[in-house]
Amino acid sequence: MLEIRHLSKVFFERNDPRRSGLVALHDISFQVQGNEFICLLGPSGCGKTTLIRIAAGLLRADKGEVLVNGRPVIAPGRDRCMVFQNFGLLPWRTVMENVEFGLEIEGGPREERRRICQKYIELVGLQGFESYFPHQISGGMQQRVGIARALSKEPDILLMDEPFGAVDAQTREQLQEELMKIWATTNNTVLFVTHSIDESIYLADRVIVMKPRPGRIREEVKIDLPRPRWAVDVRADPRFAQLRTRIRELLRG
Amino acid sequence: MQTTLDDQQALAELNLSRVRPFQLREYPGLIRLCSILLFLAIWEYYGRGVDPIFLSYPTAIARAAVQVTASGELGQQFLLSMKAFVIGFGSAIVLGIGVGLLMGRYRLAQYLLDPYMYAMDATPRVALIPLLLLWFGLGIWSKVAIVFLSGLFPILINTFSGVKTVSGSLVEIGQAYGAKEGQIFRKIIAPATLPFIMAGVRVGVGRAVVGIITAEMFTAVTGLGAMLIVYSSSFATDKLFVPIILLALLGVALTEVVKALQSWLAPWKESERAESE
Ligand SMILES: Nc1ncnc2c1ncn2[C@@H]1O[C@H](COP(=O)(O)OP(=O)(O)OP(=O)(O)O)[C@@H](O)[C@H]1O
Ligand SMILES: [Mg+2]
Repeated sequence: MLEIRHLSKVFFERNDPRRSGLVALHDISFQVQGNEFICLLGPSGCGKTTLIRIAAGLLRADKGEVLVNGRPVIAPGRDRCMVFQNFGLLPWRTVMENVEFGLEIEGGPREERRRICQKYIELVGLQGFESYFPHQISGGMQQRVGIARALSKEPDILLMDEPFGAVDAQTREQLQEELMKIWATTNNTVLFVTHSIDESIYLADRVIVMKPRPGRIREEVKIDLPRPRWAVDVRADPRFAQLRTRIRELLRG
Repeated sequence: MQTTLDDQQALAELNLSRVRPFQLREYPGLIRLCSILLFLAIWEYYGRGVDPIFLSYPTAIARAAVQVTASGELGQQFLLSMKAFVIGFGSAIVLGIGVGLLMGRYRLAQYLLDPYMYAMDATPRVALIPLLLLWFGLGIWSKVAIVFLSGLFPILINTFSGVKTVSGSLVEIGQAYGAKEGQIFRKIIAPATLPFIMAGVRVGVGRAVVGIITAEMFTAVTGLGAMLIVYSSSFATDKLFVPIILLALLGVALTEVVKALQSWLAPWKESERAESE
């Protein structure tokens, strides 16, 4: 379980607290249950990346705390894995070596590592591309590498920062569906950042709508669409349209 | 994969002509060879008419080359130069990369050492030769020192600024997966900096060759640089060309070695380059 408690973060000009500061996050609190899929939705600059980086343990909060299963987060840990907004691949490593990175850092036998990573490479549909370098594959494929790398560590909590932001609309829907299918088998807790309303409705159990300056939670919207959502065209469901209208109003007001 | 099959079929359907017309520019080796042969022929033709004290010509130089090689003089002097080069440049690589990585990663190391780095780099290395001769004598160690100092700074500065340009986001990937400082160094910073390091080594090689030849010309005791001084002062111009040509070949060979190392150590950069060409 992931719990965010009264989180605030200020960025000071040139990291100097004597200068003027920008409140990126202001008193954010919410809880994510085990196996729950949560989307953080909000306009650019409302602090989504900041929040997810604090949850990952990459950034310190100025007030409040993040708890994972009751324990405060102070550093990155093996219970949480991050999928980066800009893919976050290492250009000198092949697809296989990139996926292996997480387990390699942990140590452990090489063959074991290979076997696990091969499984996740197949799960995201990249078999045959193991020896390609990142710049030799498309953006959508690069992001699958990032996802496979995070999944290979079999984390309790998956932190995904706009993972599909940089791919085209068709690829995006395809990746969303694949993510849903993968999640149905792995059942991790997911905190998924996006600024696409449709994406958040399609994916989430709950959408947390944020607003900027300072970054706050505007409201939580429960998505009561049945799962699995790929079986029927859930985007054509009248309930989908209602939710879309509701969330759009929240973002506007 | 299925896709290759479809590509093949599509290719077969298009039924393109698979014959490639002859184009001279697709044979760069041939063009270069012709150019060199033509140059040598012209040099030979006009060179024979010039006073041999000022200019020699290819066949005379070849004869001189055979002579100095057969006497063992060339080989011996060449080895003396190379020995100092290998020791000096080897230590420049090790120290340049090591200190460069530290200075790039740790501010404390940077601020402690960068005044010396910039000051030393700005000082012309030739200016140090008399001092180094005074300290290390006429033997190999003064040459080692000059090679070391000539090669060190390009490598050090490139490594240092390479680490500085490694974006924070790459380091963050390591941190997000729980990498410790040592792992971040080995698995993120070192590979990310490698192209910069190799660029520094490439510049350093050139500077080091200049350094050693200058030092040898100064002392005129041993090495290829000494041969230059001895032959020129005895007006043996044909022989004088032998070490010059050997140095040119050495320069080309060293550059090629570094290039080969570059593509071996950083294959991802290699294929990026190939695509942008
Ligand atoms: N390292 C930093 N230093 C200074 N200011 C920062 C830093 N990181 C983020 N900010 C500021 O904090 C605010 C929130 O940034 P953040 O990246 O979290 O937004 P976001 O919601 O992820 O936006 P986007 O949808 O564009 O990715 C922005 O105004 C940004 O300028
Ligand atoms: Mg962001």
